[in-house]
Amino acid sequence: MHNYTIAELVKGLQNKEFSSVELTQHFLDRICQLNDDYNAIITITGEQALTAAALADKRLASGDAPAMCGVPILHKDIFCTDSVRTSCGSKMLDSFIPPYNATVVENFARDGAIMLGKTNMDEFAMGSSNETSFYGPVKNPWATDCVPGGSSGGSAAAIAARLAPGATATDTGGSIRQPAALCGISGLKPTYGRVSRWGMIAFASSLDQAGPMARTAEDCAIMLNCMASFDEKDSTSVEQTVPDYTASLGNSVKGVKIGIPKEYFSEGLHPGTELAVRKAMAQLEAQGAELIEISLPSSDLSVPAYYVIAPAEASANLSRFDGVKYGYRCENPKDLQDMYCRSRSEGFGEEVQRRILIGTYCLSAGYYDAYYGKAQKVRQLIQQDFSEAFKSVDLIMGPTCPSPAFKFGAKGDDPVAMYLEDIYTIATNLAGLPGMSVPCGMVEDKPVGLQIIGNYFDEARMLNVAHQFQQITDWHHQAPEAM
Amino acid sequence: MNWETVIGLEVHVQLATKTKIFSAASTAFGATPNSQACAIDLAMPGTLPVLNKQAVNYAIMFGLAIDAEICQESVFERKNYFYPDLPKGYQTTQLEKPIVGPGSVTIQLADGTEKSIRIHHAHLEEDAGKSTHEGDLPYGMSGVDLNRAGTPLIEIVSEPDMRSAEEAIAFAKKLHSIVTSINICDGEMSQGSMRFDVNVSVRPDGSSTLGTRTETKNLNSFKFMEEAIEREVERQIDLIEDGGTVAQETRLYNGDTKVAKSMRSKEEANDYRYFPCPDLLPVLVSDEAIDELRRSLPELPDARQKRFVSEYALSDYDSATIASDSNMSAFFETVVGDSNHAKLAANWVMGELSGSLNNAGLGFTESPVSAQQLAGMVARIADNSISGKMAKQVFEAMWLGEGTADEIIDAKGLKQVSDSGALEKIVVDVLAANAVMVEDFINSEESKRKKKLGGFMGQIMKASKGQANPQQVNQILLQKLNELL
Repeated sequence: MHNYTIAELVKGLQNKEFSSVELTQHFLDRICQLNDDYNAIITITGEQALTAAALADKRLASGDAPAMCGVPILHKDIFCTDSVRTSCGSKMLDSFIPPYNATVVENFARDGAIMLGKTNMDEFAMGSSNETSFYGPVKNPWATDCVPGGSSGGSAAAIAARLAPGATATDTGGSIRQPAALCGISGLKPTYGRVSRWGMIAFASSLDQAGPMARTAEDCAIMLNCMASFDEKDSTSVEQTVPDYTASLGNSVKGVKIGIPKEYFSEGLHPGTELAVRKAMAQLEAQGAELIEISLPSSDLSVPAYYVIAPAEASANLSRFDGVKYGYRCENPKDLQDMYCRSRSEGFGEEVQRRILIGTYCLSAGYYDAYYGKAQKVRQLIQQDFSEAFKSVDLIMGPTCPSPAFKFGAKGDDPVAMYLEDIYTIATNLAGLPGMSVPCGMVEDKPVGLQIIGNYFDEARMLNVAHQFQQITDWHHQAPEAM
Repeated sequence: MNWETVIGLEVHVQLATKTKIFSAASTAFGATPNSQACAIDLAMPGTLPVLNKQAVNYAIMFGLAIDAEICQESVFERKNYFYPDLPKGYQTTQLEKPIVGPGSVTIQLADGTEKSIRIHHAHLEEDAGKSTHEGDLPYGMSGVDLNRAGTPLIEIVSEPDMRSAEEAIAFAKKLHSIVTSINICDGEMSQGSMRFDVNVSVRPDGSSTLGTRTETKNLNSFKFMEEAIEREVERQIDLIEDGGTVAQETRLYNGDTKVAKSMRSKEEANDYRYFPCPDLLPVLVSDEAIDELRRSLPELPDARQKRFVSEYALSDYDSATIASDSNMSAFFETVVGDSNHAKLAANWVMGELSGSLNNAGLGFTESPVSAQQLAGMVARIADNSISGKMAKQVFEAMWLGEGTADEIIDAKGLKQVSDSGALEKIVVDVLAANAVMVEDFINSEESKRKKKLGGFMGQIMKASKGQANPQQVNQILLQKLNELL
């Protein structure tokens, strides 16, 4: 059953080929058996899952259940879950049990989806390798000496290892797409404002966006139907009708104009990755899509601008973790200053502290204009690049990340090398555009991701083209050898 | 050398919304600590702010009341600093684009002159919680109460246009009068509904450059504010005259102990690292929304004062005193409406009633004597049923809940005797019983006779047990004495 896609599971559940309880038990058994090999899941919620599955079976029996009803999934541990520990991959929140659900969690619960547990992640979503988690690194099921990518590495690895058919994830600079690419699965970061941020622990509020991860584009569409909603509790949520993302999956790609930014095929790109991506685009061309070379001239500014804006926002977002109200507090503080200092330096890991310091510096008196002010201007330039490009193309494609999964520790000593992992993904976050990654080949026996960037709220078209690509390829069905 | 004082004010006004500026928690005062702090107020992870539209409307109303420019796109920013009663580690406030732009307020001074005080801007922000270092907390710990955290505030920043404590107090009182008149603040100073930060500097008379200023924070009574300013001015002048210099610093003034002290110097000041809050969209306000609020704006104190002069013929002083307080104004107008005697109503509302309420620590809305009751009494004074002196007795009885003016007048037999036949008899009797005084009166020079009338009046009032109508008695008495001449 673990090799079924969500679409197949939905069909099986609705046709009563198996029950949600059976399905849930099957995945729980697999998690018990295999999670230690990958460390993809931090918290397993078996008992709750089986109770929810029994309820889902009743709903399914009534014959009027939503698509996700009875389907087991995992939630990234960045989403607050009522009465279930939500750590955000940090010692700071190791004992934090929220009394509320994130809207994303609530939406899946409303439709009867089953939460199997919470997935591992880079601490506070800061990282591209899942090495910064307080709960230890996640291993890539394709090569267990390699990273799964990050920050949603736990969700990506769990899906690749068939521990769940789908998982929620978040993307601030590439945290859905890069691990999806490195683990050979599909992942979508929607338009900023499409999915509610309520209850999702903030890293960089103007960039954070939740999205689905699954093996196929079709599964992502089914999940996004449930995840996306306007939410009055999130002022940046956009009040716009949620289309049925599965409705247009069957459309032909004939005549779809695909822009290929020359800046995404420059130095630093692994030749194997380039080859796989170009081949994928040629296959779409063969189906009738039109490939058009374009330019996004401000691309090289996106990483520097991102590493000012994201840490600046993070430095404020993480101030609430001060040892006063909840979360980690140091032992025997001698005064208030000592409590702040030690709670934060003991509770946060190195990368988180690095970004808080960068952000604090960028916002400091006398530096604001040179850093934060300038980065905001760059952000506008990047938005202009994209809006110019979308005048002549429907979608933009390129590699998701520069190379396949790297070995643990390979970039640990060099933060900048790590930051360049997101060189192709960051610009879409700065612009607020939707982006996704689908598997499109193998290099050194490790998966390669094809990135698809769409215009604002054009997720349906992205999913359609990704789905059509998956009709003529089978990269998304390939499984690591151990599976 | 003569010194000129320069004062600017920053005023925090708690807006009278039912819920907080970014959450649905109640803003009611006095609840059990932390019982009115929801997940958003506690800055729980993943929670997000949603702006309270009523708070925005109130800020706009204030802007309209001071004839200020309303910014059609204002922006919330984060002001970053660590403190246990600041749950997010930043205060959500406005800096670069405040909702209310430059405006002005006119103050009236004791000598009758008027002065315009410019407002630099007013912005919306959230209040912090409260830290308590007293009470029965174990191990010398401090307590944090987050009920107040997230209460909507407008911070009003004046230009340094005031030149004395008197002007500063007049300005503060005028702001109090405006915000309570347009019902955006309950004006309860003792509950912290209005708090004043006072920037004070001194400079030699005639100098055009400003001296170094100090800021005394968080004054919550006009009296403490006056004391703090006077002491600070004196301190600065003494310091400079002794050859020292004023340090730019933040100070605290304790109104109970009358002691002022330095809180932190400029060097210790925080770098607040302001930046636009990414969780909130810019606040957009349309012309239509502004016009609508302008139309719904209640009468402002200045307009009310002018109306009291033209409509009720009150003096400038009386009208200004009453008009400055919207509750007093409403009370006054009810009394006038029911009694038709503006001057008497004004005297009683400003005098006896205000005094009694003040002593009892009550507001006009809590007055034990209703406006209808007071109007009933004013009507009896006006129709000469009771004298002013009797009225005081009636008022006291009403205050104690003994009934309406008429009920009390009846019960206590206080009705003034205005029956001329009865009065004439009393006058004739008194004159007959005081032949010596009458003789003396007749033999006096005409110019001295008037003074001697008082003696007869006293006897007559005594004989009538104080119930005789004095004007009528005076008339009859003069007539009878003239007959004897």
